Amino acid sequence: MTVMGGHNKFITDAAPTKPGAGKEPSAYASRQKIYPKEAHGTFRDIKWAVLVVTLGIYYILPWLRWDRGPGLPDQAFLLDFANQRLLFGPLQIWAQEFYYVTGALVVSALALFLVTAVAGRMWCGYACPQTVWTDLMIAVERFWQGDRNARLRLDQQRWSIEKIWKKAATHVSWLLISVLTGGALIFYFRDAPTLAGELATGTAPYVAYAFLGIFTMTTYLLGGLAREQVCIYMCPWPRIQGAMLDKDSLFISYRDIRGEPRGAHKRDQSWEGRGDCIDCKACVAVCPMGIDIRDGAQLACIQCALCIDACDEIMDRIGRPRELIAYTTVRNLESATKGPREGWRIIRPRTILYSVLIAAIGGLMTWSLLNRADLQMSVLPDRNPLFVVLSDGGLRNGYTVKIINKLQTARQFRIGVSGVPGARVQFVEFDGSDPLIGVAAAEVRPVKLFVSVDGPARKGLRGDATPLTISVTDAKTGEAAARKTIFSGPAQ
Amino acid sequence: MGEKHIDETTGAETTGHVWDGDIMELNKPLPRWWLYTFYACIVWAFAYWIIYPAWPLMTGYTKGVLGYSQRAEVAKDVAAANAAQEKYRAEIAATPIADIKKNPELFEFARDGGAAVFGDNCAPCHGRGAQGAIGYPNLNDDDWLWGGDLEQIQKTITYGARAGNPDTHDTMMPRFGLDKILEPAQINDVANYVRSLSHLDVDAAAAARGKQIFADNCAACHGDDAKGNTDIGAPNLTDAIWLYGNSQQAVMHSIETGRGGVMPAWIGRLDPVSIKMVAVYVHSLGGGKPEPSKVEDGKPEEKEHHDEKSEAPK
Repeated sequence: MTVMGGHNKFITDAAPTKPGAGKEPSAYASRQKIYPKEAHGTFRDIKWAVLVVTLGIYYILPWLRWDRGPGLPDQAFLLDFANQRLLFGPLQIWAQEFYYVTGALVVSALALFLVTAVAGRMWCGYACPQTVWTDLMIAVERFWQGDRNARLRLDQQRWSIEKIWKKAATHVSWLLISVLTGGALIFYFRDAPTLAGELATGTAPYVAYAFLGIFTMTTYLLGGLAREQVCIYMCPWPRIQGAMLDKDSLFISYRDIRGEPRGAHKRDQSWEGRGDCIDCKACVAVCPMGIDIRDGAQLACIQCALCIDACDEIMDRIGRPRELIAYTTVRNLESATKGPREGWRIIRPRTILYSVLIAAIGGLMTWSLLNRADLQMSVLPDRNPLFVVLSDGGLRNGYTVKIINKLQTARQFRIGVSGVPGARVQFVEFDGSDPLIGVAAAEVRPVKLFVSVDGPARKGLRGDATPLTISVTDAKTGEAAARKTIFSGPAQ
Repeated sequence: MGEKHIDETTGAETTGHVWDGDIMELNKPLPRWWLYTFYACIVWAFAYWIIYPAWPLMTGYTKGVLGYSQRAEVAKDVAAANAAQEKYRAEIAATPIADIKKNPELFEFARDGGAAVFGDNCAPCHGRGAQGAIGYPNLNDDDWLWGGDLEQIQKTITYGARAGNPDTHDTMMPRFGLDKILEPAQINDVANYVRSLSHLDVDAAAAARGKQIFADNCAACHGDDAKGNTDIGAPNLTDAIWLYGNSQQAVMHSIETGRGGVMPAWIGRLDPVSIKMVAVYVHSLGGGKPEPSKVEDGKPEEKEHHDEKSEAPK
């Protein structure tokens, strides 16, 4: 969190490192295994709730159905790469409309910026998949091997039937969760019930197994084994988000003004002249990142608030006020006011800017989405040859018109041409000059057509490029679209 | 270096290296698993060399234990694509060419397949867009030397023009100049006359003299009205399309030498289905004529028939 300024006494830029053994310092450090103790309290409850809700959404979403009519997928949320569509309930995003997805991602990023500017690393602490899955994996580990002390003991034990059994059960459970995780992800890309059946009978496409394997292994490796290493060494976000933080952003800090000088406290000892911190290290024991929050804000801290729960529990027990470790701000710590969030300003230029951008881009996207036409078209004039001289001295140009029917029903269209006097239209696939052109539900149909001008009518042309308008009209509803193009001829 | 170096400001360990007397570097060790990941990548590279084709040798390359080859993959894909197309190709072979359009799916396949065949085989002379060049007909327009309905196009592609094939179009225009059939002055006159039919600027006196020369020498093939005859490849001399150009010089040169462009017979080079598909493609370029049975209200597609030999592409 370098942006907050290196001079700040609350900031140290330190990953957990162990002092060297007095020799040439090693360029490599082994991972110190972390044994997080279970925390109890408000923030632990919030994290459980977030875990249940986010995993619930993740697993259930691909199974929701949405009737789109015959011949179309009925999966509510489907990233239909094969047909180049993204299906979100009633919304169909076509490949050429991917800017809606880009816009949604931009709004999401800005929302992340806003939350970070106001409340710090909320994403890291609660919502990041790495955090959620690591939390789940630790819970499973705790279920099989017991809490912190039991796990520490188990790891120091010699190998025994009990140890093998507990370790094996843990890893098998992790792998099972990983398979289900990878399995759920591939359901977003292919009709879920069909794919589930194919997976069960071993007839799914090869690529489905490949991605199932990839996501299984990444979940197992990143959530089960690597855990905090991902946040500290792999993730760019801890480095980037410093740009969104300032003195008014919430962050979790040990409030040394209350806590110091720390030290063990006997039951009948006075609290006069000493801090509230009894150096019980409960905050260190629960930390999934293996750090000491009392060292100040640090890159490795994902701001999960479990140390707040742990410390509050101790404070309750020894009869001191809560929030020795609390969500606070740098401004608050510097001014050393009483409550942890006194002087916290939410509305400031940075948050106003993010909010305005979110409203502007989100509003523009929503407006354009609500007003997008059910009929779209494009015109591509032939370029080779640009024009053809006919035997009577007339000219002919060829065009490929693409009719895009965005409705979920088949429709019929007529194509009209205007702007060139005496223009005659003929089609390759259809007879006559004004055929009914059927376009299936949610499909694109390219139509090749020729526009000709007889020799005598060439007088009406404007040089080598006469403006021409090609229009497409729904034969039933009259909905129309038009595109301007040119009718080419020889240079004059 | 036996002791630890501690940076006073941060209290953290330094690497012990000193630059310019006082610049030191904090020691931020890389996680050891990252190092192992690097080693694993090296092992992977060695495994790759053994399993897949990797090293060039003097006369070849190491094949790898799996025997994998991208060429074999391509051959497999091509075979699969051919097998998938076989159904359509069989249907095209069984369908009269004029009926292909009645099945939109088959028509699309024939047209797109024909475009591919055209690009590989016909584009070198006729151009990528079939736009032609001097001496090579533009296949987009509505003027056809040998007829522009589907069957006529198919026949021309199959047997070619002056290609040495027994069924080829082999009528030739006489070399009126080289063989001394006409005097240079007569050639000049008749060229003026022919060009006057297309309302080009001509020497009116010469054109008037050329009219009789035309009737005596050219009308047998090109017709009294000079509108040509597709049965013998005699071009229409009254329209705006000139295969060899419409200047006085170009037209005189055509009369002197007889021209006589050559197109290879594609039977034997292409399979009959590919020829059928390329005919459908060429016909769909915009100038294709309807089948004779479809011509109803006496459109000028049908031309007068002349039996005499002697033909002139313009």
